[in-house]
Amino acid sequence: MTGTIALVLAATGCGGGSAPDKVTSITALDYYTDEPEHSQWGEILTSCGKSAGVRVEQTSVPGASLIPKVLQQASSRTLPDLLMLDNPDLQQIAQTGALTPLDQYGIDSSGFAKGILSAGTYDGKVYGLAPYVSTIALFYNKDMLAKAGVSVPRTWDELKTAAARLTRPGRYGMAVDANATFEGTWQFLPFLWSNGGDEKRLDTPQAARALQLWVDLVKSGSMSKSVLNWTQADVHDQFVAGRTAMMINGPWRIPALDTDKNLHWGVAPIPVPRTGQTPVTPLGGEVWTVPQNASKARQQKAAQVLACLNNSSTMLALAKQHFTVPSRTTVAARYAEQVPSMAAFAKSVEAARARTSELGVKWPKAATGIYTAIQSALTGEQTPEEALRHAQQIATSN
Amino acid sequence: MRSRSRRVTDPCSRERLAQWMFLAPAGAYLLLFFGYPIVKNVVMSFQQYTTTTFYTGDAPFVGLKNYAMILTSDLFPKALVTTLLFTAGSLCGQFVMGLAFALFFQRRFPLGGVLRSLLLLPWLLPLVVSGATWRWMLDPDTGVVNAALRHLHLSPSGVPWLTGTSQALVSVILINIWIGIPFNTAILYGGLQDIPTHLYEAAKLDGAGPLASFRHVTWPLLRPVVSVALVLGVVYTVKVLDIILVVTGGGPANATETLATQSYELSFQQFEFGRGAAMSNVLIVISLAFALVYLRAGRRARNVDEAIS
Repeated sequence: MTGTIALVLAATGCGGGSAPDKVTSITALDYYTDEPEHSQWGEILTSCGKSAGVRVEQTSVPGASLIPKVLQQASSRTLPDLLMLDNPDLQQIAQTGALTPLDQYGIDSSGFAKGILSAGTYDGKVYGLAPYVSTIALFYNKDMLAKAGVSVPRTWDELKTAAARLTRPGRYGMAVDANATFEGTWQFLPFLWSNGGDEKRLDTPQAARALQLWVDLVKSGSMSKSVLNWTQADVHDQFVAGRTAMMINGPWRIPALDTDKNLHWGVAPIPVPRTGQTPVTPLGGEVWTVPQNASKARQQKAAQVLACLNNSSTMLALAKQHFTVPSRTTVAARYAEQVPSMAAFAKSVEAARARTSELGVKWPKAATGIYTAIQSALTGEQTPEEALRHAQQIATSN
Repeated sequence: MRSRSRRVTDPCSRERLAQWMFLAPAGAYLLLFFGYPIVKNVVMSFQQYTTTTFYTGDAPFVGLKNYAMILTSDLFPKALVTTLLFTAGSLCGQFVMGLAFALFFQRRFPLGGVLRSLLLLPWLLPLVVSGATWRWMLDPDTGVVNAALRHLHLSPSGVPWLTGTSQALVSVILINIWIGIPFNTAILYGGLQDIPTHLYEAAKLDGAGPLASFRHVTWPLLRPVVSVALVLGVVYTVKVLDIILVVTGGGPANATETLATQSYELSFQQFEFGRGAAMSNVLIVISLAFALVYLRAGRRARNVDEAIS
């Protein structure tokens, strides 16, 4: 009896609680586990945190683990104060109700390119903003092209011709990522979109002709069949090893490309079906968000850090560090002047489309359909037309 | 009289209570870590369980819709056939090779024990390491396997081990055979050790050669061990996920997609947890069906033995 009374008294004492503390630190979750990205982001978060009057505790998990982690934290109501998401994933997470619209914090989202803003928009509201973005382009080995007397291809026909002339034993002319993942879909989009194809309707002649281009490259032996299994990292390795003269990849590869002094690489816009057309490429990059939180004070602090990440000077500094493109158009223009090697990407980004801008939460199904079609066509199981009809079924299934 | 009756009854009830108390921790563990997940999985397969469910907790029941969706999808029959081919192919290869090695090591020769130990290595390697190494070796352009074939002029253009739709399935089956040989060898070798040597001596006296000895002495006595190896093999192989994910990712063009990889992709790539759960339950039913067939066959065999004796 005495013991019981003591327990009750102790519980009562604990229940009293203390006055609410001032917010001195917030948590942030991202997927920058590799160096130097991890340290660079650590520094910028610390700096923005300082200007907001808080310490930012950064946690990084591998890319493939981020969404499972977010779902787990959403379930247990332990989401971080500041959350980074790959831009195509924002739709799914916003749909759960776990994120908050940014307009309630008075965050300025003007001056962002249309495509970039749509990447962070769900159901008409902006839930995420990306400080920098990127896209993909054609990388080529200058020495190999010069030696073969090949000029940089600008059209599909030129690409096929160049790839064939650059192919010899031990080397392919071209390499892409045709993996059975969203990464393979992402690399195919420039060819789909530039030819007037659209993710809302996959079984069209325009889409089939784009897929036929990839089929032709593989069938002619200008591109390895291993593209079916290669990731962008594998494609990069092939290029660096001299086993492919040209590749489709992104500017985040530039630091690694520059480490090899004997490798003289160039970058050009992705070839288009006909002369004079403008390539339309997919938007890559991560958006920062403010999840639901029991504490409004913490949300305010997180919003201030997010605003800092997206201001002009931070944006420019980040872009230079990471070989990406600032998201505000005026900053991007200034950046292109300062870093000439990024000019091609800065220009591409202006016309780049967010993968989710049309389909929103339905994008993953369409993306699955696209990579399934690519795999079926490149293995010869189906013609491009058949493969894309099947893709449309996948994209529209319930 | 009274004291006697007390002594008689107390030990029984105490002993029984003690038995239950010893069982309780194990029972609780099983319920918590096996029972709960299984029940949760079954329930989930009847719900529309998506990313939103994680935040809101709303998971509306949709009856048999999840099962209808997966069973009627284009990919299901293909994945089912692939699973069966993968399992059957792996088991045949593993068993034949395992038995051959077991018989080989039954003989005594210098360093026999060392070689037998080395044979266990594939079992000890993490599957991701094995898979990645085999993937590198089988690369159509730069892998050592095709390099060897070209060098020997057996195939000038090389075999598309990982990029051909028919070759890719063969590749993962061969890799899984390589991984499963140690397990089969170890079990079968143990079984061979249990066969008395005097039976072989008696057979020899009757003029039996190696083949006849195997057929009439080794095989009948080894059969119980064979059953164990095959049953465990089926249960392990039908749900293989990691090797396939690492080597081919279920590709190319879904050529190596199995029920297990489909379940994984539905849940963790497409975030259709209800359908992923339904697919995994189909897999469980298949395993259970096989287990029941095995138990029934075992019982029938036992009845025959009893009738003879």
